[in-house]
Amino acid sequence: MSLAASSRHPMRVGFSFSRVWTMMLRYLYLLRSSWPRTVELAYWPTLQMIIWGFMSQFLMTNSSWVARAFGVFLAAVLLWDVLFRGQLGLSMSFLEELWSRNLGHLFVSPLRPSEWMVSLVAMSLVRVVIGTLPAALLAIPLYHYSVFDLGPPLIAFFFCLMLMSWGLGLAISGLILRHGLGAEGLAWTLIFVLAPISAVYYPVSVLPSWLQYAAWALPSSHVFEGMRAAMFDQVFRWDHFFWALGLDVIYVALGAGAFLWSVHVARQRGALLQTGE
Amino acid sequence: MTSPIPNPVIQVTALTKRYRETLAVDAIDFSVARGATAAILGGNGAGKTTTLSMLLGLLLPTSGQIRIFDEDMLRHRYRVLPRMNFSSPYVELPHRLTVRENLRIYGRLYGLRRVEDRIAMLAEDLQIGDFLDRPTGRLSAGQKTRVGLAKALINEPELLLLDEPTASLDPDTGDWVRSYLEAYRARVNATILLASHNMAEVERLASDVMMMRQGKIVDRGAPNTLVARYGRTNLEEVFLHIARSGAVEQMPA
Repeated sequence: MSLAASSRHPMRVGFSFSRVWTMMLRYLYLLRSSWPRTVELAYWPTLQMIIWGFMSQFLMTNSSWVARAFGVFLAAVLLWDVLFRGQLGLSMSFLEELWSRNLGHLFVSPLRPSEWMVSLVAMSLVRVVIGTLPAALLAIPLYHYSVFDLGPPLIAFFFCLMLMSWGLGLAISGLILRHGLGAEGLAWTLIFVLAPISAVYYPVSVLPSWLQYAAWALPSSHVFEGMRAAMFDQVFRWDHFFWALGLDVIYVALGAGAFLWSVHVARQRGALLQTGE
Repeated sequence: MTSPIPNPVIQVTALTKRYRETLAVDAIDFSVARGATAAILGGNGAGKTTTLSMLLGLLLPTSGQIRIFDEDMLRHRYRVLPRMNFSSPYVELPHRLTVRENLRIYGRLYGLRRVEDRIAMLAEDLQIGDFLDRPTGRLSAGQKTRVGLAKALINEPELLLLDEPTASLDPDTGDWVRSYLEAYRARVNATILLASHNMAEVERLASDVMMMRQGKIVDRGAPNTLVARYGRTNLEEVFLHIARSGAVEQMPA
């Protein structure tokens, strides 16, 4: 029996969302195949939230700053996890292909690197939702705090942090493709270099003046400053939002460029067949 | 060395790959006709896998031209890729996905409309139905090879590139795979290019053999023509003669 012409889709040579969805399906199968991995996605964000919840309860009676907005640390820890889990989620889906030595098959199929990239980005969003939503919901009965009370600004903060996580995740994945699995630790560690200057738990003004320049070059610093303004002063700082958005555009462009360049270099070096465990 | 073939499926001109100081493939020319089974034969490091990788677009050549189905592979590979496929024991399918999930993913990537029908057809043809819902990582080497072949045939390719198609298989499974490939080629008039250092396999499957050594095609012809040309009794002896004459050439004076 031969494959009837009618059973083939007319092949899209250009960008195809069907192939993007197919790659997402591949990663969803992977999540479904291992419930411990799925639970693990929510494990650390939930644990962090519980620790910072108790810390906030303690500081409520010992710090006038926290007393003005009880949830400031809880919101910070949840939003930091959006950034961290977003980057890690993208990098993990990417690493799955390297671990399974599947790149050779993927790159001889009609899948384009840009389609793969978009599927990695989409899966990062799925992983962030699975990872952080349980923690955010659990904070409501545990500490009577809902991060959703931030309202529409929460969407803006979430969006800006996701964009930053994609830029970083793509750049880190590109580095791993360039340097091989010996560099896979970057997926877990590199983002923490940015934590001290992202002003997650304290204002940028705390930092030495020379370090503040670096902080303002990060979209995350603008998001966390904006978050505190929303919680303490009940204002949405458009200036911080536009700064974060503008920087995000640069981060995503650089990340995507680094990723696509690494794929090109891998094709020059023959790394697509060799990369694996 | 190459005689012109009208409307070849593969046409390679002055194909070269250099890794810094190492010349992996040295300005090779060849073409393969539609419906033919050609083989690239050579020892380790001869340039077989490098050549296949360049044909697949996994590796960018340093210079030269590759035309497949009359398209420039370097500029228009996405027009060509849906019509070809590839199998290698060194490139695996994700272990934690079931066989069915893996085939479904690749069927969809190749744009098949009725993927489940195609999987059912291949499961029957390749006798993989009993373990379709088993994680791919839990299969034996022989089962993995058949699944790899199912993935390579999911889009019923007109051009099939195979790297060591029966490596690490027992003789019975190896023979079964060779029979299947012969039947497939005859049924759909597919073109097959395989890289191997299994002489018996090449002798049985290929009508056209390219002998590679140190990145060059040093001889080419039908298996029995090569055997006669070198006055040997089989292709293995021809291979050894060519490989060892290369070693002699490399010896210092």
